Amino acid sequence: MAIVFQKPKALADVPLHYCPGCTHGIIHRLVAQAIDELGIEGTTVGVAPVGCAVFAYNYFNCDMIEAAHGRAPAVATGVKRGNPDLTVFSYQGDGDLAAIGTAETVHAATRGENITVIFVNNAIYGMTGGQMAPTTLPGQVTQTTPYGRDTKIAGHPIRMCEMLSTLDGVALAQRVSVDSVKNINIARKAIKKAFENQINKRGYSIVEVISSCPTNWGLTPVEALEWLRNNMLPYYPLGVYKDITAEEAK
Amino acid sequence: MSERVLMKGNEALAEAALRAGCRNFFGYPITPQTEVAAYMSKQLPKVGGVYMQAESEVSAINMVLGCGASGKRALTSSSSPGISLKTEGISYMAGSDVPAVIVNVQRGGPGLGGIQPSQSDYWQATRAPGHGDLHIIVLAPSTVQEMVDLMMGAFDIAEKYRMPAMILADGMLGQMMEPVEIPEAVDVSKIEKPWATNGHRNKRPHNIINSLYIEAQELESIVKARFERYEQIKANEQRAECFMTDDSEITIVAYGACARVAKNAVRAAREKGIKAGLIRPITLWPFPTDAVRNAAATTKTFISVEMSMGQMVDDVRLAVNGAVPVEFFGRTGGVIPTPNEVLAQIEKNAGGTK
Repeated sequence: MAIVFQKPKALADVPLHYCPGCTHGIIHRLVAQAIDELGIEGTTVGVAPVGCAVFAYNYFNCDMIEAAHGRAPAVATGVKRGNPDLTVFSYQGDGDLAAIGTAETVHAATRGENITVIFVNNAIYGMTGGQMAPTTLPGQVTQTTPYGRDTKIAGHPIRMCEMLSTLDGVALAQRVSVDSVKNINIARKAIKKAFENQINKRGYSIVEVISSCPTNWGLTPVEALEWLRNNMLPYYPLGVYKDITAEEAK
Repeated sequence: MSERVLMKGNEALAEAALRAGCRNFFGYPITPQTEVAAYMSKQLPKVGGVYMQAESEVSAINMVLGCGASGKRALTSSSSPGISLKTEGISYMAGSDVPAVIVNVQRGGPGLGGIQPSQSDYWQATRAPGHGDLHIIVLAPSTVQEMVDLMMGAFDIAEKYRMPAMILADGMLGQMMEPVEIPEAVDVSKIEKPWATNGHRNKRPHNIINSLYIEAQELESIVKARFERYEQIKANEQRAECFMTDDSEITIVAYGACARVAKNAVRAAREKGIKAGLIRPITLWPFPTDAVRNAAATTKTFISVEMSMGQMVDDVRLAVNGAVPVEFFGRTGGVIPTPNEVLAQIEKNAGGTK
């Protein structure tokens, strides 16, 4: 009988700790699938963040390092520079990548560090219970913006893909979502391309995945995806912000 | 072949790291360690190595963590304010058992402090090089030759115990020139690191480098196991130079550049008939408690001489444990004590004893 669906081999056969309706599971699967399809599990090192994906080191079957909050790009740089034959990816949330680790992110990108970055943006600090993130939307209620994010006080959200796309070292900056089958397929291709770029020594590739956090948004999983479509996607438009391989193909 | 050359302390440190097989340097500019990075940026590309100027000390130490975790010998170098920023990464390395070498060419503090030589990071290096229950190995050279010798062994000891090791130098040692014997390069290609995250190649289960343990009992048992290793280090790795301590009644304890000043003062005191001696700790952690205790048999007063307000004196007191008085003499802020000042302190403490 033909197998039409199975768990990727690079994904560990263990229960994930994520909340019901959280999209981390889908994104983990897409990363593992790319590793499987490229046959690189044995030569891949992943770097886990601090945040909801802090236990990602238990979920991938490749070698894994747990980094300090925000430092995954620096840790990945150390692995990659010392071992250029390895494929190195970081998996980071919005607080990790766009707040405490902004310097590490921007400089890894501008150096053209030949790594793959999976950036999960759900506009909130999930692990610590729902505080304002650098990507929290204007007016969004969180534990630390109980009256809604007031941009006069808390400033404006950061659009990382747009910002990083201005840097010469970036090979790929693409924003995707996993809220629908159609978008999951786009995300799958983007993540695979981000790994292929590294294998082809093209430089820094980032895939930003717009994600939901039903628990901390206080919504059901279905409502959360609806909220994501109605609120996050207008502020964070999906699309390719930079893709040097596509530009070359023109 | 080893070779004899005239070198600056900082450059000697860098060359020794190369001879020790280190091919990965991650740094951030700061005075007075500048020459370590400059030397590495010139030499590493010639041998296919990695010189990386990071965006901050925080990034540099985390690059060292990643590189060390992947099994490579990785080095970073900084001076006092920069080491404060590195303490995050040092804690994570200690917590995930990643070996690496960190150089601190100390300058005066706190804050931006100054850029002159100092030993005021002793507490930081030996007590709190990062948050949590941890120690790192701390090696204290007092000559340019010892900068070389200790660096040559620093990676070995760090890898033997799977923990960070620090060379705690100071701006005087870093900037001074002395003739040094540079040993032959060692071959590190055969060193096995089965724990490293360098790709499982489908030949072993995946490795994880991690310092997170959510279960309190599990974290406690991991930390306890690490502290058992620390006890072995205390038993096996204490090092000190004992100078004229067989019959010394006034025993100075001093390390690094300060010990050179103290040694001159001890010689001058002996000429005056005072039975003075010097214990020079070479390892600051583990502190050479045994050497200090042994000297306590003849010593009437210990004097800890430091370029600080008195930090190592705590360890001297712990080692002496009240058996005899422990005094302190020091200058701080980048001021280097003179032999005459130290001699005056010896004479003061010697009182009538001749």
